[in-house]
Amino acid sequence: MGRKRLALTNDIDYLSILDENGKLDSELEPDIVNEEHLRIFQAILLGRRFDERMLDLQRQGRIGTFPPIKGQEASQIGAVALLRDSDWLVPAFRETAAEIMRGRSMESILLYYNGYNEGTIIPDNQKDLPMSVPVASQIIHAVGLGWAAKYRQTDEVTMTFFGDGATSEGDFHEGMNCAAVYKVPVIFVCQNNQWAISVPLSKQTHSETLAQKALAYGMPGIQVDGNDILSVYAATAEAVERARSGGGPTFIECVTYRIMMHTTADDPKKYRQEGEVELWKKKDPLLRYQNYLLKKNVLTEGDLADFEDEIKLKIQAAIDQAELQMKDLGDPLDMFDHLYAEMPPSLQAQKNELIRELENSEGEDHHG
Amino acid sequence: MAKMTMVEALNLALRQEMEKDDSVVLLGQDIGLDGGVFRVTDHLVDQFGSDRVVDTPLAESAIVGMAVGMAIYGLKPVCEIQFSGFSYQNFHQLENHAARMRWRTRGRLTVPMVMRAPYGGGVRALEHHAESREVYWAHTPGLKMVIPSGPRNARALLVSAIRDPDPVIFYEAKALYRAFREEVPEEEESFPIGKANIARKGDDLTIISYGAMLRPTLEAAEELQTKEGIEAEVIDLLTISPLEDSTMVESVKKTGRAVVVHEAPRSFGPGAEIVTRLLEGAFYYLEAPIERVTGFDLIIPYFSREKSYIPSVQRIATAARRTLNN
Repeated sequence: MGRKRLALTNDIDYLSILDENGKLDSELEPDIVNEEHLRIFQAILLGRRFDERMLDLQRQGRIGTFPPIKGQEASQIGAVALLRDSDWLVPAFRETAAEIMRGRSMESILLYYNGYNEGTIIPDNQKDLPMSVPVASQIIHAVGLGWAAKYRQTDEVTMTFFGDGATSEGDFHEGMNCAAVYKVPVIFVCQNNQWAISVPLSKQTHSETLAQKALAYGMPGIQVDGNDILSVYAATAEAVERARSGGGPTFIECVTYRIMMHTTADDPKKYRQEGEVELWKKKDPLLRYQNYLLKKNVLTEGDLADFEDEIKLKIQAAIDQAELQMKDLGDPLDMFDHLYAEMPPSLQAQKNELIRELENSEGEDHHG
Repeated sequence: MAKMTMVEALNLALRQEMEKDDSVVLLGQDIGLDGGVFRVTDHLVDQFGSDRVVDTPLAESAIVGMAVGMAIYGLKPVCEIQFSGFSYQNFHQLENHAARMRWRTRGRLTVPMVMRAPYGGGVRALEHHAESREVYWAHTPGLKMVIPSGPRNARALLVSAIRDPDPVIFYEAKALYRAFREEVPEEEESFPIGKANIARKGDDLTIISYGAMLRPTLEAAEELQTKEGIEAEVIDLLTISPLEDSTMVESVKKTGRAVVVHEAPRSFGPGAEIVTRLLEGAFYYLEAPIERVTGFDLIIPYFSREKSYIPSVQRIATAARRTLNN
């Protein structure tokens, strides 16, 4: 009888280990070996430089529209760094750095943003799903993969990514709810980058945090400084351990910022203040981590220069390779392949129709 | 052979496929202890446990979306959506993902799943429980759309759907669930997806139908034969997509006349595609305009009026006579 405050099972923590001024909470500092630090740092640096180069390519008309990731590298790399090859990644569409770290080639990304289906081929030795454009819809696939991994009694973990806007979608709710009900080994990583195209977080939700949504599903949730790689890494390590040991799903909200436009097709000046962007630039995840590693003597100025050179060459090689590949990928008839395991006769007839059409218009350009 | 209702025949298909292959798992609302609202999954949970006959939260998008993930993983999920009228909540999971994954990844990832759903009117159900929207799925490249017309082919086609390497939408006519019994062999039987069946032989005209409409179509054919000596050939499509046209085209080349019967609304309905295929394949053989006997371009009315909406034996026979008198 009466009215009393309910004591819920879970609380929501906020985690920040290395702040924007380089101040470190050494008690919380995750134990990462030097080699792993360098692997993570190189993945962040590559993610940043490739993103910058893609923007140049887009402006030169050498690739189509794409969503830049600048500023969100730590939220991605800090999380996927903890996955094994036997785990699953289910990305949305702004996880380019994460996908590259998992083994997706830069060539594949360039093909995709040049309008080639070959850009969503998953290499044979990789288990991840291709990027997913319809917002939040991929979240549920992760739950299905996690369910299957549990059914087959493996210790595989599935990690899915999405943005702040996705938390307004029904599929976010359905996915989180089912994951908790079935206690599946799934990690939900929300890159809260403050903006869903032109809509700020304050218009997306009235919730004080996104992390607290986990409470409603009976799932552990945590909010972390998404521009602090150490925080993302530490929170993910906990979540991976929980998932692998049968403890079920975790929701991680990475508070970060989309420094660039939503995609190259929009101009953020129309809907947000430059001052806000400048504030977030000071919280840059790459420089913060770089300074930490330099101070820790894990990284030297010499290494940094070497990494920059190597990455520049790698990116250039990928661009050259992709542009070469595209010359051989022009056959429009390929679009008929792989719709079904076996092509139905009615579709074969339509393919034949195009074959005849192409024969009649030989010499004309059928690309794009 | 045992005489079974369609519900029992579908249950047999699920049971046997689950016995054979532990990658077959069922998920849906109330499919466990309750056996599904139409009892298609009755007692399967007793035999296979709640790990394989999975009661889900009330979330259609999650049911189908999870199945997408499970199928990519290598399982063969069979989802039950309680009524097809609720499957629009999971439409995007099929359209955006299930139908495209093979194509997007150039064959690397595939989605061998089935979505079963009861469709159609005629059982005095509430609103949102009686529509026929097979074209939504048939119009989506990458999906297959199957509608059986009786216990035996329901069982044999569901077996094929479960084994199919691509996503299959499997509509079950509520009006047929317990309408009649038919001999269904206990031993394994599967019918190919994408193949129509000649349900009745005849030379005077061709009537093309499927699902719940097959029975009134056969009754109309019977009436035409008894009263006027007209021999109608009746084709049961069984698969709506990919639509096989050779059986119906060959039939119309022989008869020169055709009537298409379906419960779905007329405009842009399955009949529009069927008629076009006949025009493309048998135009010079046609002796009369092709007739369509269909649901009207309306929401199917609440059940006090549904009888007048659903094609009747009378309407089918009348259309057939018009075709013959032309």
